[in-house]
Amino acid sequence: MSTVLNRHQKIEKHATLLLVLSLVVVSIGGIVEIVPLFYHQNVIEKVEGMRPYTPLELAGRNIYVREGCYLCHSQMIRPMRDEVERYGHYSLAAESMYDHPFQWGSKRTGPDLARVGGRYSDEWQVQHLIDPRSVVPGSVMPPYAHLATTALATREIAGDLAANAVVGVPYSDEMIANARADLLAQADPDADHDGLAERYGETVKVGLFDGNSTAVTEMDALVAYLQMLGTLVDFTAYEPLSEENRR
Amino acid sequence: MPLIVILGLITFLAVVLSAFAEDGRFAFHMALVAVMAGGAAIWRMRTIDFSQSAAIPLKSFRTGYMDDVIRAGLVATVFWGVVGFLVGVYIALQLAYPALNLGLPWTTFGRLRPLHTSAVVFAFGGNALIMTSFYVVQRTTGARLWNDGLAWFVFWGYQVFIVLAATGYLAGVTQSREYAEPEWYVDLWLTVVWVAYLAVFMGTLFRRKEPHIYVANWFYLAFIITIAMLHVVNNLAIPVSPLSSKSYSAFSGVQDALVQWWYGHNAVGFFLTAGFLGMMYYFVPKQANRPIYSYRLSIVHFWSLIFLYIWAGPHHLHYTALPDWAQTLGMVFSIMLWMPSWGGMINGLMTLSGAWDKLRTDPIIRMMVIAIAFYGMSTFEGPMMSIRSVNALSHYTDWTIGHVHSGALGWVGMITFGAVYFLAPRLWNRERLYSLRLVNWHFWLATIGIVIYASAMWVSGIMQGLMWREYDQEGFLVYSFVETVEAMHPYYLIRALGGALYLVGGLLMAFNVWKTIRGDVRREAPMGASPTAVPAE
Repeated sequence: MSTVLNRHQKIEKHATLLLVLSLVVVSIGGIVEIVPLFYHQNVIEKVEGMRPYTPLELAGRNIYVREGCYLCHSQMIRPMRDEVERYGHYSLAAESMYDHPFQWGSKRTGPDLARVGGRYSDEWQVQHLIDPRSVVPGSVMPPYAHLATTALATREIAGDLAANAVVGVPYSDEMIANARADLLAQADPDADHDGLAERYGETVKVGLFDGNSTAVTEMDALVAYLQMLGTLVDFTAYEPLSEENRR
Repeated sequence: MPLIVILGLITFLAVVLSAFAEDGRFAFHMALVAVMAGGAAIWRMRTIDFSQSAAIPLKSFRTGYMDDVIRAGLVATVFWGVVGFLVGVYIALQLAYPALNLGLPWTTFGRLRPLHTSAVVFAFGGNALIMTSFYVVQRTTGARLWNDGLAWFVFWGYQVFIVLAATGYLAGVTQSREYAEPEWYVDLWLTVVWVAYLAVFMGTLFRRKEPHIYVANWFYLAFIITIAMLHVVNNLAIPVSPLSSKSYSAFSGVQDALVQWWYGHNAVGFFLTAGFLGMMYYFVPKQANRPIYSYRLSIVHFWSLIFLYIWAGPHHLHYTALPDWAQTLGMVFSIMLWMPSWGGMINGLMTLSGAWDKLRTDPIIRMMVIAIAFYGMSTFEGPMMSIRSVNALSHYTDWTIGHVHSGALGWVGMITFGAVYFLAPRLWNRERLYSLRLVNWHFWLATIGIVIYASAMWVSGIMQGLMWREYDQEGFLVYSFVETVEAMHPYYLIRALGGALYLVGGLLMAFNVWKTIRGDVRREAPMGASPTAVPAE
C-alpha cells in the first residue's frame, strides 16, 4: 500500500500528469458504451416504411423542439403491458433514426406522444392546442393559441433540409430544391400533390390542418407533425424475433 | 454598488428588448445599449473600492491573492441562486395552476423550465464552482491566480453565456437537449470561456509554491476537463446557416440519446458532484478546523468516482430502444458508484470527529454536515433508481424530479451556502458575518423545504407510476392519463410550498451577505449559549 501511495505522490506533484490521467480515466466509459452504437449491426432494426420528414412535418417538429414539448411529453413507449395498451406498439430505434435531435424525453407530465398520429382529428388537435382545458378539463398544459395566428416561416426550409442532409438524413437534392413547394402543397388540399407523393410516398397526409385556408400557420406545421408521429413503420411486416432484429 | 445594479438591470433589459425586436434597427440599438451599460458596469465593478465603506483594508492588499474576481463571483452566485429558486417556485405553481402560463409564448412551462434548470445548475452552481475554485487553488498553492485579465474574462464571459442562454430560452432558441439547451453559437462561446478557465486554473497550479497539489484541486481539475469533453461532444451540430440560431444535432435517434445522457448524467456527476466535492474537501476541514479524515480514502475516492461515473448515463434509458447490453452496463456501474460516493461521504463526515460539538454553536458547519448527509442520501437513492425493475416504476414520474432536488437543494445548495458564509467575511475582511442567527434561520428553512419537497415528489411519483399500471379485475386499465394528472394537484401544491421555503432561505442569505459586505454586524446572542449558564455537575 505504501508503495502505491508513494507512486501516487508523483501524480500529486505533477499538474500535467494529473490532468492527462484524469482525462484518460474519464474517457474509457464513454468510448466503450457509445462507439459500438455507430458500428454494431443490430442497433437499428430493419423495418419498412421509415422515411425522412416532409418539409411541413419538419417545420412542425422544429416548433415542437422550440416550445420544449419534450419536457412534459415522452416519445418512447416502453415494452410493458400497460404502456403498450395505453400508447401502442413499443417504440423501435428505427422510428427515431432521422431525429436530430432525438425527442424521447424523460418525464410524462402529459402522455407519451410517440404514436399520437391519427388518434385524434385535426380539429381536436387544433382546439386542444388553442385551449387544452376546453377539451381535457383536468389538463395542466399551457395554451398555444398564438401558433394559430403566427404565419409559418417557410423561406429557409430548404436550408433546414440541407442541414439535415449534412448530418445524414437521406434528403435528395430534388427534395431540397422542392422543399418550399412541397411544404405549401401539403398544407393545401387543392394543390397538385404528385411531386410530394413521389418524393415522400403516397401515405403523406395532406390537408388544411388548422382549418384555415388563408395562410400556412405554425399550427398547420405542428399538427401535421403530430398526426404523422408513430404512423410510418409497417408493423405487419416487422419481425421482432428475426436474427437481424435481436439486440 | 447601486450603480452596478442599475447598469446590470439596463443591460439585461436591453438584451431582452433586442432579442424580441421586430425590426433589425431596434435590435441593433438595444444591443448597443446593452454593450454600453454592460461595459460601464464592468468598469465600475473593477474600480469600486469596497474598503471605503468601513475603513477596513481588504485582505487582498496584504495577501497578494487575486480576490476581486472571487468577490464578484460570490455576488453572482447569490444573485443567480435567488433568480433560479424564484423561477423554480413559479413553474412549480404553473403545474398546479396552468393559468400562470399567462397565455404568452415566452412564459409557458416549456420555455421557463430550461430557464430554471440552467439558472440553478449553470448560473448558481457554475458561478459557485468558478468562484470557489479560484479561491481554493490560490489558498492551497500559495500562488496568485495566473493572469488577472483572463480570470476576469472567465467571470464576465460566463455571465454573458448565462444571459444569452436565458434570453434564448424565453425567445424559443433551444436545442431541446436536457441541460444542454443553448444553441450552437452560445455553445461555441462557452467553449472559449471554458478553455480560458482551464488555462487560469492550470496556470495557477504551475505557479504553486507547495510541491503537493491538494485533493480539492484534483476534483476541480477533473470537473473542468470532463465538462469540456462532454460539452464539446454532446453539442456537435450543424447550423442551418451562420446567421441562423437553429442547428441540427450531428447524431440522431438512439445514438443521440446515449450521447445526450452520457452528457446529462455526467453534468450531474462532474458539474454537480466532482466540483462540489472539491468544495467539500477544502471548506469542511477549514470550517471544522480539522484535517481531512483520510488521505488514502481521498485517493481511492477520487479515482474510483471519476472512473465509474462516466459509465452511468444509460440508466436514463432503461427499457427504451437502446440495446440491452448498454442499459445493463449503465445499471451495473451506477450500483458500483454507490461505493465511492459513500466513501466520499464518510471522508467528509469523519473530518468532524472531535469537533462534533461545533454543530451546536456553528450553523455554517451544520449546513455543511447536512449537505454531506443529503449527498449520502441521494447517492444511495440514485443507484437504487438505476436498477431496471425500480426504474420501470420511477421513470417518467416525479420521483426522478424529487431525487434530483434532494441532490441539488440538499447537497449542491447547502454546501454552496456553507462556502458563501465561510467566504463573505473573509473576502471583505469583516470581523464576522452580519448575523449567525440568520444563517440558522436559513438552515432550517432550507432543510424543512427540502424535506417537504422530496416527500411530496416521492408520494406523487410513486402514486402516478402505480396508477399508470393499475388493472381492474376484468383486465382493463383503471385510470385514464388525465386522472393521474388530476391526482397530482395536491402534491404539486405541497412541492411549491417546499420550494418557497427554500427561496425564503435564499433571500435571507442575500440579505445577510449584503449586510456583511457593507460591514454591518448585528448584535445578537451567540449561538448555542443558554440564557442562564448552568454549571455542569
